[in-house]
Amino acid sequence: MDPKKVIICRCEDITLEDVRNAIKEGYTSWDQLKRVLRIGMGPCGGKTCRILVLRELAQHLNVPVDEVKTRPTVVRPPLRATPLKVFAKEGK
Amino acid sequence: MSTYDIIIVGGGITGVATAYELAKKKAGRILLLEKEFVSAGSTGSCAAGIRAQFGTEFNIGLMKRSLDKFEHLARELDYPEDKIELWQGGYLVLAYSEKEWENLKSRVEVQHRLGIMTEILTVEEIIARFPQLNLDGVYGGTFHQRDGHADPLHTTFAYARAARRLGVEIREWTRVEGLVQEKGKIRGVKVNGELIEGEKVLVACGAWSSHLMKTVGVEIPLWGEKHEILITEPLERAFAPMVISFSIGYYIQQRPHGSFIMGIGPENPAHWHDPRDFDFSPTWRFLERMSQAATSVLPMLKSVNIVRQWAGLYEMTPDAHHILGPIDEVPGLYIAAGGSGHGFMFGPVVGELMAEWILGETLSYDITRLNYQRFQKGELVREPAVVG
Repeated sequence: MDPKKVIICRCEDITLEDVRNAIKEGYTSWDQLKRVLRIGMGPCGGKTCRILVLRELAQHLNVPVDEVKTRPTVVRPPLRATPLKVFAKEGK
Repeated sequence: MSTYDIIIVGGGITGVATAYELAKKKAGRILLLEKEFVSAGSTGSCAAGIRAQFGTEFNIGLMKRSLDKFEHLARELDYPEDKIELWQGGYLVLAYSEKEWENLKSRVEVQHRLGIMTEILTVEEIIARFPQLNLDGVYGGTFHQRDGHADPLHTTFAYARAARRLGVEIREWTRVEGLVQEKGKIRGVKVNGELIEGEKVLVACGAWSSHLMKTVGVEIPLWGEKHEILITEPLERAFAPMVISFSIGYYIQQRPHGSFIMGIGPENPAHWHDPRDFDFSPTWRFLERMSQAATSVLPMLKSVNIVRQWAGLYEMTPDAHHILGPIDEVPGLYIAAGGSGHGFMFGPVVGELMAEWILGETLSYDITRLNYQRFQKGELVREPAVVG
């Protein structure tokens, strides 16, 4: 499988090669990769890419997935992309 | 002899920019310590705005220098231009009362004197240039083209990478537990219960700074304040400037990436001095207030999807200005924190000037009034053009 052709993040068009290059540059946690590649910042909120990236990191660091460093969970709503007018109406 | 000439605590824009400028001046062995990762704190949560439209000569002059630096940053730091995402679509400041309108206009005179060529726009002129806006209740506005946007994450990474290239050692996921002094001067910092020695120590860890300063008995009036932001899905470029109101407290900007980023100042925010109190949880109330303000001033946003909301800390001081410079009680100890919502935009210039200060050079822009003793002396620095 050509890592250039494997899409890890569909929201931001990030390939497996992009992820591997960033890891090589020293961005070795989910939170850093998110900030440098925008993975997890799109409409899916990381629901597609997060586990794929964590697995890639675990392989690179040679540790189990649950030992890959992440920040204490910060919830970033909304769960699903929602138009502004919905909340504007709620507030009235 | 100490292991390091200079230890910097904090991997936000202030810390990495100072580290880079110090290394550029060949300041010796430099270590930067960050409890999570570079950009993880207030810098990485910020709204990405940069502007020189301030109200005092002092701030306009400083931000003019900072804009100069932002405009050359990609080349200076040898970092891809498309990642820094410098966008100078201007800041459009709207006035919602006669008095606010008069104040905005009077600031433009000061800005012009310093070479910041802000335009004064009537309501008709604003509509002609930015027809997307709903100007109900607006008296007029001011617009400065060189203001705009830079990506806070990549800007910080760019500084960190350039600093590393020049020999700065950056340790992430490394929490500084306390400062260590000996015989009345700084000795270093404590990490994992062990001393790391440094001739000089710079505390640049935002809202966490006052807590750290207490470990050597220094009281700094600086606290964290929760501010919330949201971001939408990306759209084709539809609106160029950052539109902002100081009186209502909102700001909205479309990023080069396409998404709209926006915030609105909090209602009666708590003052957090102890990091254990810091709360980053998002609120429903913010979503409502923000959506109402945004859809009112930019009706085109009504059907645009919000994809994420988050909270970050303004690192506030009593006069909403940085606290910069040496700490007299502990020779060798310095602080650079308290950007009060403007830490990112001032970052490049603060980094440059802090490097001069730490190395005992003549300051190329006099920032000595931002010393920590100003609060005891009652010499506060006032700035009228701020949000929240």
